[in-house]
Amino acid sequence: MKLIILNDYDQASEWAAKYIRNKIFQFNPGPNKYFTLGLPTGSTPLGCYKKLIEYYKNGELSFQYVKTFNMDEYVGLPRDHPESYHSFMWNNLFRHVDIRAENTHILDGNAADLRAECDAFEEKIKAAGGIELFVGGIGPDGHIAFNEPGSSLVSRTRVKTLAKDTIMANARFFDGDLSKVPTMALTVGVGTVMDAKEVMILITGAHKAFALYKAIEEGVNHMWTVSAFQQHPQSVFVCDEDATLELRVKTVKYFKGMMHVHNRLVEPLPSEPKKN
Amino acid sequence: MPSNKSVSDAPITQFINCRILRDHMLKGEDLWVREGKILDPEKLFFDEQGFADKRVDCDGSIIAPGFIDVQINGGFGIDFSRPSEDIGVGLSLVSKKILEHGVTSFCPTLVTSPPAVYHKVLPQIKVQNGGPNGAGVLGFHLEGPYISMEKKGAHPEQYLRTFRSRGIEDLMETYGSLEDVSMVTLAPELADSQSVVKELCQRGITVSLGHSMANLSQAEDAVQHGASFITHLFNAMLPFHHRDPGIVGLLTSDQIPAGRTVFYGMIADGIHTNPAALRIAHRAHPSGLVLVTDAITAMGLPPGRHTLGQQVIEIQGLHAYVAGTKTLSGSIATMDMCVRHFKQASGCSIEEALEAASLHPAQLLGITNRKGNLDYGSDADLVLLNDDLNIISTYISGEEVWKKGA
Repeated sequence: MKLIILNDYDQASEWAAKYIRNKIFQFNPGPNKYFTLGLPTGSTPLGCYKKLIEYYKNGELSFQYVKTFNMDEYVGLPRDHPESYHSFMWNNLFRHVDIRAENTHILDGNAADLRAECDAFEEKIKAAGGIELFVGGIGPDGHIAFNEPGSSLVSRTRVKTLAKDTIMANARFFDGDLSKVPTMALTVGVGTVMDAKEVMILITGAHKAFALYKAIEEGVNHMWTVSAFQQHPQSVFVCDEDATLELRVKTVKYFKGMMHVHNRLVEPLPSEPKKN
Repeated sequence: MPSNKSVSDAPITQFINCRILRDHMLKGEDLWVREGKILDPEKLFFDEQGFADKRVDCDGSIIAPGFIDVQINGGFGIDFSRPSEDIGVGLSLVSKKILEHGVTSFCPTLVTSPPAVYHKVLPQIKVQNGGPNGAGVLGFHLEGPYISMEKKGAHPEQYLRTFRSRGIEDLMETYGSLEDVSMVTLAPELADSQSVVKELCQRGITVSLGHSMANLSQAEDAVQHGASFITHLFNAMLPFHHRDPGIVGLLTSDQIPAGRTVFYGMIADGIHTNPAALRIAHRAHPSGLVLVTDAITAMGLPPGRHTLGQQVIEIQGLHAYVAGTKTLSGSIATMDMCVRHFKQASGCSIEEALEAASLHPAQLLGITNRKGNLDYGSDADLVLLNDDLNIISTYISGEEVWKKGA
């Protein structure tokens, strides 16, 4: 595991975006070789998406041969609802870059058969050759996607009932009206994310500090589902100073001492890729 | 509104690198067009998995809805009110030439004329969509002959009429047909006018008050009967008086029925309305301001002497004089000039200046479901402008119909 500690949210976002950019570039995707990218929603990845858009506009990055798979979507929320994850992805990434709709995959929370929708999603990931890089965020309770505390660490894509805490936290996006907040979601499982070749988790802000501590300093525990990635062969946690508040000094110092090495991963690309 | 679900094979154009006027704001968004209509790209993306066939790089320019001129008497040597055998030719010329001024649809305006002229001219021009050959015709604006003798302005006195207690019947006899008429300007103090206002509104025709001696309560009465516009505010009406503000008082009247807006035409050429008066109107009632050119034959002609009908006029800058005198012979400002002047004179935002020439006239005519905005489903009638509000190019139904320097 790598733990990348940056000064603040903006720097963490930029680091993550550069990492994704470089990964896609080094993969050298083409018409017969798509880069598969798992993507989260929420406030944490917003800064990272902004940077990716900037790189696209500068000609440093193209999504022409990228396939994306989103982590989750609410059940029963109209697709064009401003809080749906379809709307989120459209407004914060897809509309700004050169990705083709056919290469984006978001679970359909309005599918007639939700179970079948989830199974089909797993099949689509498989058909695309698995996920090259899965990017995720976490909740303050350490959940990854909608795999809330207690979720099986080998779970697959499925229907989940949301925890009361999550529903309450989401109420602010639905006029503060609990009755309007979706109570179920479709989500990839912890196992689905574990299958990715590489996983990058973004964690920023003091309110996520305890979750980060649980994620990396304690044992693997299904009550903190993000801790499962301790057993992933290639995981990167990208965080800001605030998120490290609950970590031991030793942990922080160790990883900060590695930054000069880790920063090579986000160095400017060896050569300018041609503009799409 | 057709849904994007009904998948179409028609090519899709994406305007990129632009700021588009939507919801009263300039937004850094792309604009998508298919089959002449503005497309919701999110629906296209998720429902159809579609993408643009063609991209137009706007180089940072502003995209606004095409301008709508609800009062234009002619231009480029053409006078719509002069009967000729083929009015269509003259109208075509004007509708083509105004494209370079950002106007994508308009109401050709006829000043007070004898019935024979209406009977001859009206049947020759139909409401029609715009295209590469010119701006669309939304319908005639008939200014007169039911106007005040005292406030006739340049209208020929001998053809002024009253309703002669016959109301709409007299009007129908005069005009012959209302089929392609979208607006009528009349003086509400004329006897019988209220029933005419009501009847016209029921037929979907916008009634405008102008060339009138009406006091405020007469004007309010007309509004309550359905009138919704004021023809060239301040011009050809009683001057504002604090004990009876006259028609001008409609801008701040508390007798306007709930949910209705009274719009007012403004010739913002810097000559017909003093900038201070323009500011008074704008600050009192910004959402009702509709820019009109009220352009006459001489609009678009080069400086110098021109013989127009019986008159010789001399154009100096933005002034058109009766030759040898200092008498103004009408407005020759183009719509884009008016937009720029209005912004400069009123200190309003770019958004407001553009909406006064697009959204407001569309609201006035009740055609916001297709014109005057860049909402999904609306006609892709567009003007591309730079930040100084000079026109770069004009589009009708998504097709480029004029381009600077082309």
